[in-house]
Amino acid sequence: MDDNTGPSRRPTLGDRRKERIDALATAGTVVDEPGKSLLRSAWERLRRDPVFLVGAAITLVFVVLAIISPWIAPWDVTANPLIDKVRPQSNPVPGPEPGHLLGADDRGRDLFSRLLVGSRQTLVVGVFATLLGLLGGITLGALAGAIGGFVDTVVMRIVDVMLSFPALLLAFTIASLAREPSQWTLIIAIATTQVPIFARLLRGSMLAQRSSDHVLAARSLGVRPRAIVFRHMLPNAMGPVIVQATLSLATAIIEAAALSFLGLGNPDQRQPEWGQMLGLAQRYISEAPHLAFYPAGCIIVVALGFTLMGESLREALDPKSRR
Amino acid sequence: MLRFVVRRILQMCLVAFVLSMLIFVWLRSLPGGPVSAILGERQTPARRAALEAALGLDQPLHVQYLRFLERASQGKFGVSTKVLPGEDALQVFLDRLPATVELSLLALFLAIALGIPLGYMAARRHGSAVDTGAVIFSLVGVAVPVFFLAFLLKYFFAVEWNLLPVSGRQTTGLDATRVTGMFVLDGILTREWDASWDAFKHLILPAVALASIPFAVIFRITRASVLDVLDEDYVRTAEAKGLTARVVRGRHVLRNAMLPVVTTIGLQVGGLLAGAVLTESVFSYRGIGDALATAFREKDYAVLQVLILMGAVIFVLVNLLVDIAYALIDPRIRTR
Amino acid sequence: MTQATQHSSRPGAGSSEPLLSVRDLRVTFQRQGEEEFHAVDGVSFDVRPGQTVGLVGESGCGKSVTSLAIMGLLPGRGNRVSGSAIFDGEDLLTLSPSAMRDRRGSEIAMIFQDPLSSLNPVISIGRQVTEVMERHQGLSRKQATPKAADLLERVGIPDPKARLLNYPHQLSGGMRQRALIAMALACNPRLLIADEPTTALDVTIQAQILALLKELVVDTGTALVMITHDLGVVAGLCDEVNVLYGGKVVERGGRHGLFRDPRHPYTVGLLNSIPRLDAARGDKLSPVPGSVADNLPWTAACAFAPRCSNAIDPCTAETPQWEGDQVVGFRCFNPMGGTR
Repeated sequence: MDDNTGPSRRPTLGDRRKERIDALATAGTVVDEPGKSLLRSAWERLRRDPVFLVGAAITLVFVVLAIISPWIAPWDVTANPLIDKVRPQSNPVPGPEPGHLLGADDRGRDLFSRLLVGSRQTLVVGVFATLLGLLGGITLGALAGAIGGFVDTVVMRIVDVMLSFPALLLAFTIASLAREPSQWTLIIAIATTQVPIFARLLRGSMLAQRSSDHVLAARSLGVRPRAIVFRHMLPNAMGPVIVQATLSLATAIIEAAALSFLGLGNPDQRQPEWGQMLGLAQRYISEAPHLAFYPAGCIIVVALGFTLMGESLREALDPKSRR
Repeated sequence: MLRFVVRRILQMCLVAFVLSMLIFVWLRSLPGGPVSAILGERQTPARRAALEAALGLDQPLHVQYLRFLERASQGKFGVSTKVLPGEDALQVFLDRLPATVELSLLALFLAIALGIPLGYMAARRHGSAVDTGAVIFSLVGVAVPVFFLAFLLKYFFAVEWNLLPVSGRQTTGLDATRVTGMFVLDGILTREWDASWDAFKHLILPAVALASIPFAVIFRITRASVLDVLDEDYVRTAEAKGLTARVVRGRHVLRNAMLPVVTTIGLQVGGLLAGAVLTESVFSYRGIGDALATAFREKDYAVLQVLILMGAVIFVLVNLLVDIAYALIDPRIRTR
Repeated sequence: MTQATQHSSRPGAGSSEPLLSVRDLRVTFQRQGEEEFHAVDGVSFDVRPGQTVGLVGESGCGKSVTSLAIMGLLPGRGNRVSGSAIFDGEDLLTLSPSAMRDRRGSEIAMIFQDPLSSLNPVISIGRQVTEVMERHQGLSRKQATPKAADLLERVGIPDPKARLLNYPHQLSGGMRQRALIAMALACNPRLLIADEPTTALDVTIQAQILALLKELVVDTGTALVMITHDLGVVAGLCDEVNVLYGGKVVERGGRHGLFRDPRHPYTVGLLNSIPRLDAARGDKLSPVPGSVADNLPWTAACAFAPRCSNAIDPCTAETPQWEGDQVVGFRCFNPMGGTR
C-alpha cells in the first residue's frame, strides 16, 4: 500500500496529477477493450477468410521470390545467350528450348530469368512509392487533423486539388518533368499520387478521433496536446491507413506498369521490371504476344494478391460489415 | 437552387485560377525553362533571346504571370513541337476533342449500363455465389492494367479472329462527311449509315477497354451503397407500409443508393481521360489521350499545357453537372 | 391459481374475441460459426379490439423482435420463426409474402423508434403519406393528397398543406414522429404496433406524442401494441401489460393490478428503478443488478435467477412454468407479495 492513499494525508498537486494519469489509463483501457476485441475478432475472421488467405499466399510467394531471385535465376539478366537465334525479320523472339523455359526476348536474353528478377524491381517500386506516399500523406494529414483550423483548411485545399486530378495523369505529368527517366522518377511520380489519398484518410480518422470520447476525456484531464496526438489519436487512426497502404501497393505496381508502357519508366534494361518488359513487348503483338502475356500475368496476379488482402482487411476491420 | 449553382460556379473559377497558377509554376520549373518548352528542338541562341524578350522573362514574376494569363485567355499556348509539329497547340486540342468525347461517352455508358444493375443484383443477393463471383470479377478487373486489357482485346478480336478493326477511327479511304467530328454521330446526322457503322466498329474495342475502370468502380460503389440502404430504417418503414416490392426497390432503395453512385460517376471522368491516354495509344486512336501520350513521351510542353488545362476545366465542369444532378436527387442539399 | 387471479381489475372492458392472438412465438437467430440465439422464446399474448397492450422489458428482451416477427419484417436470412400469430382468423406467420404485404400498412401498421432514420430523406412527407393510400386504397396521388393533409392535421401538424411539400430534415423530431403516425394511420388499421415511439424524443415531446396516441386509439378504436422499456409510458397508456425477460413473458396483468401488486421480482425491480419524487430523503433507488449478459438458459433454469434477489434453489435447476391464464399470471418459483 502506497501511503498516498492514506485518508489522513491531504492530496498534493502532484498526486492529483498522478490521479489524472491513472484515470486516463483506465479511460484508455475502457476504449482499448472493444478496440482489442475488434482486432482479435478481425484476426479470427481473417484466419478463416479464403480471400485473405489467397491474397496473403500470393503476396508471400511474391516477396520471397523478389528477395531471393538474383540467386535462383538460371541466367544473368544482362547476358544474351540466345542472341544467335534472333532473326529480326523471321524470328525476332526465340521460343522455349532446354535450359530456357520461356525462351528469350528480342535481344536473346533468358525470359524466365528476367521475369524472376523483374519481381524485385516491381517490389522495390511498389514498396518505395507506397512508403513515400505514406510519409507525405501522414505528415500532411496528421498536421491538418491535429491542428485543425486554418492549417487544416489550407492543407486540405491543396489535397483536394491534387485529388481532383486523376492519379495516373498526375503521375504521367510528374514523370514527364524529369529530364532523364529513371527508377526514382517513377517512384516519386507514383508516390505523389498516393499522398493526397493518405492525407485525406488520416485527417478524416483523426478528426473523428478528435471529437471521440476518449480524446475528449484525455483533453479534459489536461494531457498535453502532443501526447494526445501521438498516444491517442495517431495509433487509433492507423487501421484504415494500413488497409489503404495494402491497396496502394497494388495501384503502385499497376501505375508503374502504365508509366513504363508510355515510355516514362526506368529505361535501364539491366534492371528488368515487369512494366518495362510489358512496354517493350508491345512491338511484337502479332509475332510473339507471349512476351507481353508473361509480365502482364505476373502484374495481374501480384496486384490481385495485394488487392484481395487489402479488401479482406478492410472488411474485417470495418465493424459495420460484421453481420 | 440558383444560389447553389452560382456558388459552385464561383468555386469553379477559383479552382481554374489555382490551376492556372500551378501550370505557370510547372512551366517555369521545366528543364530549360519555358523557352525550351515552347521552342523545343528549334532552339538557337538567337531565337532563344528573341523569345525571352518577347515573353518578358526579365520582368518580375507577377508580371510574367499576368502575361501568361493574358495569353492563355486569348488561347495562345504556343506551337506543338512533336504531336503535330507546327500546329497551334489549342488547335490540336480542338481537333482531337470530339474523338475522345465519343470514346469516353460510349465507355461511360457501358460502365453505367453494366455496373449499376450488376451492383444492385449483387447487393440483393449479398453473400450468395452471384455476389461473390461479381465481387471477385470486379477485383480482377481492378488488377488488370487497362492497357493490357486493351492489348488483349486487340490481340484476340482484331489480330487473331479478325472481327474488328485493329486501330484508328475509320477505315482509310472511306469518304465520310464531317459535321461534329464524332464519326458515329456524323454518320447518323448525314444518314451515311455505313460510315457510322464503320466508326462504331472502330470504337468498340477501345471503349470496352476504357470502360473497365469506371465499370469496376461503379459496380462496387453501387453494391456497397445498396447494401447500406437496405439496412436503413426507412426501407423497413416502406416495407411496413406494405408497399409493393417494386415501389420499395425503385422509390426507396435505388433512389437513395444512387446518391454516392452519381458522385462516383462524376469522379470517373478524370479517370477516363487517364485511361484514354493508355487505350488510345494501344489502338492508335487519334484522340486527346493519344496526343497526351505522345506529348508526355516526347515532352511537347505546349500541347501538354493546353491539354492539361482543358482537361481540368472539363473535369471541373463535369463535377458541376454532377453536383447539380445530386442536388436534384437529394432535397437535403437543394433546400438548405 | 388463486394467487394469480387476485388481480381483479380485468382489462379491455368489452373483451370479445382477440384481434391478435400470439401463441408460443419463437424466433431463433443462427449466425455463421456462432451458437443459436433464442431472441424470442415462446411468447404468447392476446390483443382485443380497441385494447392497448404493453410489451415491456430491457433492451435485448425480445420485445422488438416479437413485433417484427408479427409484421413479417425480420431480415430474410439467418433466423427461424415458429409458433402462430392469429390475426382475424389467419396465421400471419404462414401467410405468403404478398398476402402479408396486403395486410401491412392497411390492417396492421407500425410506428418505429427513430423518426428521422425511419423517414426516407429524399421523398417529401406528402408522398410518403400518400403512397400508403395509393397502395392499399387504389387512390391516385391527386386523390390521396387532400386526405394526406387531413391526416397531418389530425396528428397535430400545423399548416399541413405546406408540410406535405417538406422533406423530413425540415421537420422537428416531434413533427417527424407525428408524420410517421399519420402514415401508419392512413388506412385506418385495426392494429397498430408502436416500437418505442418516444425513446428518441425530448421529454416534453414524448408526453405530447403519448397523449396523441392515446387520443387516436380512443377515437379510432384501433388496437395498440406498445413496445417500451419505460414503465411510465405503460402506466399512462396500457390496459394490459406483458413484462418480457430473456425472450419469455415473465409477468402479465392489468395496468392497475400489476402496478399495485407486482409478483415477479423482475417487475418489482423495474418498478423500483423508477425515480420517485415522493420518495423519502435518503431512500435509495434500487435498480436491478447485473445485465442481460448474466442470463441463464431457460432450458434448465430461470434466466433471471443470477440477477434475482429472491432466488431460491429451484430457480437454477428447473424452468419456471406459467402460473395463470391469458389475462394475468407470472412465471416464478418464489413470487413476491405471495403472503398478501
